Amino acid sequence: MNTPILQMRGITKTFPGVKALQDVTLDVNRGEVHAICGENGAGKSTLMKVLSGVYPDSSFDGDILFENEPCSFASITDSEKRGIVIIHQELALSPYLSIAENIYLGNELSSKGWVDWRKTNLEAAKLLARVGLSENPATPVQHISVGKQQLVEIAKALSKQVKLLILDEPTAALNDEDSSHLLDLILHLKGQGVTSIIISHKLNEIRKVADAVTIIRDGQSIETLRLNDGEITQERIIRSMVGRDLASLYPDRNPTIGEEVLRIENWSVRHPQDHTRMVVSNASLNVRKGEVVGLAGLMGAGRTELAMSVFGRTYGQAVTGKVYKYGKEINTGSVSAAINHGIAYATEDRKHYGLNLIEDIKRNISLAALPKLVTKGWVDKNKETVVANGYRKSMNIKAPSVAAVTGKLSGGNQQKVVLSKWMFSDPDVLILDEPTRGIDVGAKFEIYTIIAKLAAEGKAVIVISSELPELLGICDRIYTLSAGHITGEVPIAEATQESLMHFMTQEKE
Amino acid sequence: MSALRESLGFLASRLRQVGIFVALILIVLLFQGLTGGILLQPQNVSNLVVQNSYILILAIGMVMVIIAGHIDLSVGSVAGFIGAVAGVFIVHWGWAWWIAIPACLLVGALVGAWQGYWIAYVGIPAFIVTLAGMLIFRGLTLITLKNQQITPFPDELRALGGGFLPDISGGTSVLEWLTVILGVTATFALIFQGFKERRSQKKFDLEAEPRVWFITKTAFIALLMLAITFLLASYRGTPIVLIVLAVLVIVYTALMNNSVFGRHTYAIGGNLHAAELSGVKTKAVTFRLFVNMGVLAALAGLVFTARLNSAQPAGGTGFELDAIAAAFIGGAAVTGGIGTVAGAMIGGLIMGVLNNGMSILGLGTDYQQLIKGLVLLLAVAFDIFNKNRAGGESVFIKFFRSSNTPSTPEQPKKDRLEPAGAASTTERTSVTQK
Repeated sequence: MNTPILQMRGITKTFPGVKALQDVTLDVNRGEVHAICGENGAGKSTLMKVLSGVYPDSSFDGDILFENEPCSFASITDSEKRGIVIIHQELALSPYLSIAENIYLGNELSSKGWVDWRKTNLEAAKLLARVGLSENPATPVQHISVGKQQLVEIAKALSKQVKLLILDEPTAALNDEDSSHLLDLILHLKGQGVTSIIISHKLNEIRKVADAVTIIRDGQSIETLRLNDGEITQERIIRSMVGRDLASLYPDRNPTIGEEVLRIENWSVRHPQDHTRMVVSNASLNVRKGEVVGLAGLMGAGRTELAMSVFGRTYGQAVTGKVYKYGKEINTGSVSAAINHGIAYATEDRKHYGLNLIEDIKRNISLAALPKLVTKGWVDKNKETVVANGYRKSMNIKAPSVAAVTGKLSGGNQQKVVLSKWMFSDPDVLILDEPTRGIDVGAKFEIYTIIAKLAAEGKAVIVISSELPELLGICDRIYTLSAGHITGEVPIAEATQESLMHFMTQEKE
Repeated sequence: MSALRESLGFLASRLRQVGIFVALILIVLLFQGLTGGILLQPQNVSNLVVQNSYILILAIGMVMVIIAGHIDLSVGSVAGFIGAVAGVFIVHWGWAWWIAIPACLLVGALVGAWQGYWIAYVGIPAFIVTLAGMLIFRGLTLITLKNQQITPFPDELRALGGGFLPDISGGTSVLEWLTVILGVTATFALIFQGFKERRSQKKFDLEAEPRVWFITKTAFIALLMLAITFLLASYRGTPIVLIVLAVLVIVYTALMNNSVFGRHTYAIGGNLHAAELSGVKTKAVTFRLFVNMGVLAALAGLVFTARLNSAQPAGGTGFELDAIAAAFIGGAAVTGGIGTVAGAMIGGLIMGVLNNGMSILGLGTDYQQLIKGLVLLLAVAFDIFNKNRAGGESVFIKFFRSSNTPSTPEQPKKDRLEPAGAASTTERTSVTQK
């Protein structure tokens, strides 16, 4: 029974400046469902990319044994030939092609260069039956729900004679019904001899389907728990996931918290494409002068969606709820309205949403509050340079001059430019979404110091972060979000990683 | 020695801007040689300016549209349409020029508003909307003209196309003194502006150009302007359309560099999402850009009609391609966010000199088109190879950087993966996808 199908030994993968994986070991037995757990950024997806050949053999150290044979995959095609198929969190389906065409995309059933449509549709129908999807194979993929699209992906994997199926957060985008159907399918495939690796944040799901759990933290494999050795408990997983010391340094703060600045009440947001999905449900929260409030939640909990929908409705549809500033209701229906009400939102994705990378530092800093620099109808360039130079000094942006192009700065310095931009708009409330993502440790400390300084100046700060130690290190109060609901509000004195993780994984009916 | 190296390094970092300028000069010298000196004869220089003026006017609007990440294929048809409208207003209805010209510009603005509405507020790609516009306004031109040309126009309007500033010496002098005065004043203004800019760069601790380079550049441009002044002054003086063009270039350069609107245009083209999340009203900016393009297309149409002294059914055909080519040869990026009005002018002049030079040589349109096409392709290919942009550095720059390290304390890596984000990029919640 317990014959290993996959053994990964001493996997070490380095990105410029950062060790993403360090000496990771993973053993998966034939015919089991193996879950991989870890915080965001722990290295789970990287490990799966190593396994599936997304990162070619030459780009990492360590050995992979699949069915007792050493593997060196140069690309995803190589791993698929061996029967290892990965299904990414963001589905790789072409929306305008039919289900059958998608299943056999890149692998067309053809003779002499011509596609055999009869066979394609026939075989696709058989595969659809195996995954329990009753749809016409000729239906374009865009016309079926995300849950069903997920099943099409699995059917596609089955068409490749899959032996080891890797699912990266398969239920993150699904509603409860679709999720449980998917989990049943995984168990059903297990019965047919398909081994699965499933990356998931949802601990109750893991308990439902997994035979074994490997926990990864900070790029290292911590332990593997097996069902035969005893029960896999939620507490045990959480402890392993977060069990690191708060050794990294956070600046000392002496918060003086004043009146309430911003209050969000009964905020609900629906998914922009899928109207039936509630991304944020009835969320209420507030933040006070001089306070740093954390928003904790796992991937897909709705943190960014909450922030962006408040900031000028830049996410979602059918947004309902009220925003109050200093007790008075305000309308934040457009970005400029939100900015005028003194709200600033620094995005988690600074390259795509935060910066104009082909433009220089000063013009990026001035963009959100350009009218402040206008005298007699023209932008005062000298004033702009003075302002930008001021931020370059106070924020310690390392660049030859403020005329340097932001695309050439390091991640930390880019983040400082984003923060400078929003500080220049002189907000009362700053929402910082993953302010330290992709930033090295030294620069992180600088960002924390800036946040502390902003709070000390009387700003109200909301920090969204996937890193719990970070929230514990800089916040005064932490809200937890799970599946769009606010599941907890914890004062810093009572907050521990375990207690937060408990709220973050709590399912609310 | 170090000054020289500094200048070279700077030159490399501005390879695109410098290169295009050098290319223009080389092309001028080449044709000057090939045509046996005809190209730079006073009369031909004057012709060159007038012949290309409407393309240059279009190129101003076009480069702005391209900077914002759009395109406008309809400007030739719009120019033709406005020519027809002007014919009806002035020749058929007998309107005075000072009513007819503003009225035509207004019609141009309405045309721009029509297209801007579909692009900005309905969200149809500019390529489609203006391709439709190209057909729509050509059709309207034919309808308005009933397929027949309208001619002749009164002298006041014709002055816009082929007129010159009056000769203040009353025809007694070899040189047109008004032109000399204007040219010399403009040259000094340019030198003064250059020094002023340099002083503020120094003052605010910005990377200033190396002194050698600055002096060479300024002296060269000053000499060039004086030379053109001399050439124009020894023929019939300053073409009126050159004054119009000069005013447009100055106003639009200022607008693009120093106005909120101009900044927002660059921001939209550079990163639409970031601009939106910074409170830029992206739709309103796009709309205004197309209204502006409509007005400039109308002006170009008027100049063209005035020059031909007739509104023609096929008037303006193919102008859009010359204007687009001018913008791209002048360094505008296909992906938006990069480009300058001055660059587009130089790009337009390159096209103009090619046209003019090849015509003098008696080359047929067949070869002319072939060569112009190749020049456009090479200019943009040069851009791609050189890729003097964020994220990628040219071989030239790397070479000079290695011997010139102090200017870049932080050497960023190309296409670097985000450190911690390496694992988390795929885990990122998918945010708004508009």
